Amino acid sequence: MRVDRLVTMANDIGSFFNGEPDKNAAASSVATHLKRYWDPRMRRQIIQHYKEGGAGLDPIVRTAISLLSANN
Amino acid sequence: MYSQTYTDLGTPAVDTPKLVTLEIDGTSVSVPEGTSLMRAAALTGRQVPKLCATDTMKAFGSCRLCLVEIEGRRGYPASCTTLVADGLKVRTESPKLSQLRRHVMELYLSDHPSDCATKFATTRCELHDMAEKLGVTESRYAPYGSTGKNHQHSVKDDSNPYFTFDQSACIVCSRCVRACDEIQGTFALTIQGRGFNSKVSASQNDPFLASECVSCGACVEACPTEALVEKTLIQIGRPERVVTTTCAYCGVGCSFNAEVKDDQVVRMAPNRNGHANHGHACVKGRFAFGYAAHPDRITTPMIRSSITEPWREVTWDEAISYAASEFKRIQAKYGRDSIGAITSSRCTNEETFLVQKLVRAAFGNNNVDTCARVCHSPTGYGLKNTIGESAGTQAFDSVMKADVIIVVGANPTDGHPVFASQMKRRLRQGAKLIVIDPREIALVRSPHIEADYHLPVRPGTNVALFNAIGHVIVTEGLTKEDYVNARCEVDSYLKWKAFVSEERNSPEATAASTGVNPELVRQAARLYATAGNGAIYYGLGVTEHSQGSTMVMAIAQLAMATGNLGREGVGVNPLRGQNNVQGSCDMGSFPHEFSAYRHVSDPATRSQFEKEWGVPLLAEPGLRIPNMFEAALDGSFKGMYVQGEDPAQSDPDTQHVTAAFAAMECVVIQDLFLNETAKYAHVFLPGSSFLEKNGTFTNAERRVSPVRKVMPARGGFEDWEVTMLLSNALGYPMHYRHPSEIMDEIARLTPTFTGFSYEKLDRLGSIQWPCNDKAPEGTPTMHVDEFVRGKGKFFVTEFVPTNERATRRYPLLLTTGRKLSQYNVGAQTRRTANVAWAAADVLEIHPHDAEVRGIKTGDLVGLTSRSGDIVLPADVTDRVRPGVVYTTFHFPESGANVVTTENSDWATNCPEYKVTAVEIVRVNEPSAWQRRHREFTDEQLALLRGRETTHA
Repeated sequence: MRVDRLVTMANDIGSFFNGEPDKNAAASSVATHLKRYWDPRMRRQIIQHYKEGGAGLDPIVRTAISLLSANN
Repeated sequence: MYSQTYTDLGTPAVDTPKLVTLEIDGTSVSVPEGTSLMRAAALTGRQVPKLCATDTMKAFGSCRLCLVEIEGRRGYPASCTTLVADGLKVRTESPKLSQLRRHVMELYLSDHPSDCATKFATTRCELHDMAEKLGVTESRYAPYGSTGKNHQHSVKDDSNPYFTFDQSACIVCSRCVRACDEIQGTFALTIQGRGFNSKVSASQNDPFLASECVSCGACVEACPTEALVEKTLIQIGRPERVVTTTCAYCGVGCSFNAEVKDDQVVRMAPNRNGHANHGHACVKGRFAFGYAAHPDRITTPMIRSSITEPWREVTWDEAISYAASEFKRIQAKYGRDSIGAITSSRCTNEETFLVQKLVRAAFGNNNVDTCARVCHSPTGYGLKNTIGESAGTQAFDSVMKADVIIVVGANPTDGHPVFASQMKRRLRQGAKLIVIDPREIALVRSPHIEADYHLPVRPGTNVALFNAIGHVIVTEGLTKEDYVNARCEVDSYLKWKAFVSEERNSPEATAASTGVNPELVRQAARLYATAGNGAIYYGLGVTEHSQGSTMVMAIAQLAMATGNLGREGVGVNPLRGQNNVQGSCDMGSFPHEFSAYRHVSDPATRSQFEKEWGVPLLAEPGLRIPNMFEAALDGSFKGMYVQGEDPAQSDPDTQHVTAAFAAMECVVIQDLFLNETAKYAHVFLPGSSFLEKNGTFTNAERRVSPVRKVMPARGGFEDWEVTMLLSNALGYPMHYRHPSEIMDEIARLTPTFTGFSYEKLDRLGSIQWPCNDKAPEGTPTMHVDEFVRGKGKFFVTEFVPTNERATRRYPLLLTTGRKLSQYNVGAQTRRTANVAWAAADVLEIHPHDAEVRGIKTGDLVGLTSRSGDIVLPADVTDRVRPGVVYTTFHFPESGANVVTTENSDWATNCPEYKVTAVEIVRVNEPSAWQRRHREFTDEQLALLRGRETTHA
């Protein structure tokens, strides 16, 4: 899939949870959302993108993907 | 003419526990206080002669046939307008009454077609029924054949495609006028003139088609003579049998009595006992059923190896074997996850349940999704997270107890017309109305209805506006703290409260984004919070945004903060677009959850399904529809089974979608027609219309209603049977003998359905889920004592502007919607006479925006976005605000979704249909896409016409 599209989608998720004052909780919520709603191939691809530098990913999403990656 | 099965009690029932006892013709009877003598008599089995009275409308007292005698009172009062009283002694029959009635009847017959009984042999004329009952066969005042002055040479109005108006048969009883006023609420009809010149008139004495009439048919049904008659009744003849079933159009889910002759539907008569519609209908449900017999129907399976080849008609066996072998081949070559399916909100619960089962058990993956992805998926996410259940909280009837109604991002008079009529009845009784919509929808101002506030929000800024409403309610101390403290997670509430209280969320601070006068926002917020029962109704103008899920949460939170959940008259009510959107979601059509919205990762749920289905199931979510298209374009998704949907027309960014279909190796379409998606298909499996199958639909109020077979399936199989054939060919056996067995399985596997059975459904007529041990006959109002999730949860709903913004290059915002006479992609309604009201999509433009571009109504306008460009005729109107343009997506050649973008809701990927930055310019010819579409359609139709038919 187009990685730029996945980056946009992930950042959109991050934008919602970014309203949460506790940023650790916010990042955890983003990771949970990706885990619950994204097909594994999409998750694999965004994790790979993150590992390759994660261009375009917002900070909260980077944190979330690092959590996701660790859990995988 | 009323449904053949209907017994009319003359005047409406009165709902009061207080009883009054009286005597009618010597029989003692106790009835609710306020009941008419006519109804009381009818309840004792005495039918007082009548013409103008009907129990669907208030008593009118004009026909003078229903006279009675009351002991101790002078004169002969009309029994329809005289109410019962304790101790009354009433006579409904006497020589004097008979004489009076016969005289009145003779007057009616003096100006009524003498050949009525033979000329209109197919209809039921109450006038003649009454004349026969009274023993009147001719009139002394102007006997049949008289040359006296009468209306017998009046010109018939045939303008409406579905019914005729023949003044010669009209008795000016006003039933049609009152039906238009009281039931439909359009006020299109009136009695024009006085005395002999009195006549029923549509608008300003216009032909019906040219008038304000919305063709709901309430007048036709109410007419006691043959003055207003359905054309199908005249053409086909008197029905021979009646089957009660459920409409397949919008999410209101009206119950109908299909009146049938020789496997032809003569009429769809709304069911008076229908719990969702109470005997009312709209132009689609009542009249637009002809598509089921349209010559475009494809009733023989077809296959082809490439979309450039002609179709080849084959047997069902060959088509199913081919589809199954292709899916197996693709999975063997590209992997288990390389195929998937889309379930349909136009199909039954049983059918959608079976398709998702096919995917999970036979395909062995979770790549199943449903068209709710592109409409109400944010409702599922938003309501599940805040109050715990992905469904509307109320029954439709709840609106009759609302004191203030917010309609946000919905256009009920067009999208959900029968519910809109009910809502309008409540508004005429005095309930307050707040409309939040970029357009001035009909509810803002129509006869006897005027919104107290219309907040013309700029597309894409709903969340900012609801945060501002929340700001007013919180900062002015209008929240229901006791309710929140008792029923919600207080920590989350305090976070939300602090958030909306921030000055940046005030109406004044958000006005620059929303474009709404801050003072109006403040007044509307106060009204909602303080008027008593506050009910919110919303539609796709809420969900189809990049913040659709956030907005659903904001709505639920406003309702919780003001204590407006958990009883009648309040609530959060998504108005579902298609007939079975609620049901298709309930049945586990989303890739991440089983029926009743249980995540696939939950071991207990998965184990229950594995045990029932006998196969291991995946614990990971599958692809959503837009993800499937993306995967198709990257080469990892190669096959799709689409039951009863048309993503190539309905989904956003059409060129992206069609490129994805073109990249697949096997697309299997199950449908009535060669729709836009079928032009990219390799296997066509004939679908069955709602008239040709058994099953259930679930409407927007969680009401599960029976769909019952009216005629045989034209293609030979009901849709659930086709899915079963495919599953068997794939090696996963399914052997249901009837959809009731599928429902039994649903009940075994679904906590909100454990009390369901066809036997119970037939007995009760319809059932609102949850239906289980706690609520054996269903649940009209949810969250009564506590929320489904336990404590209600608040979220911080930060407004995040969409990326799709007006720019110098694309200075206008396009928003899309629908018309009353058309439905979704129009596959059904375009193949009916409903095109008389709308034969094309048009672009609404505000006069200011039109003037600066030199555009007039009727001009061709090029509409360009970053996704594509199309050309539409212009309609210059102030229904839209400056800076906003609006169109519909009913006609494939328009290509409205060529210009919509891939932007989507953050949580669900529901497309942002409601906000697309565009520019418009006057042009002279169709767009390049439209020309290509025309050529491609011509090619595909040629391939269809040239199909091989050797197997037959």
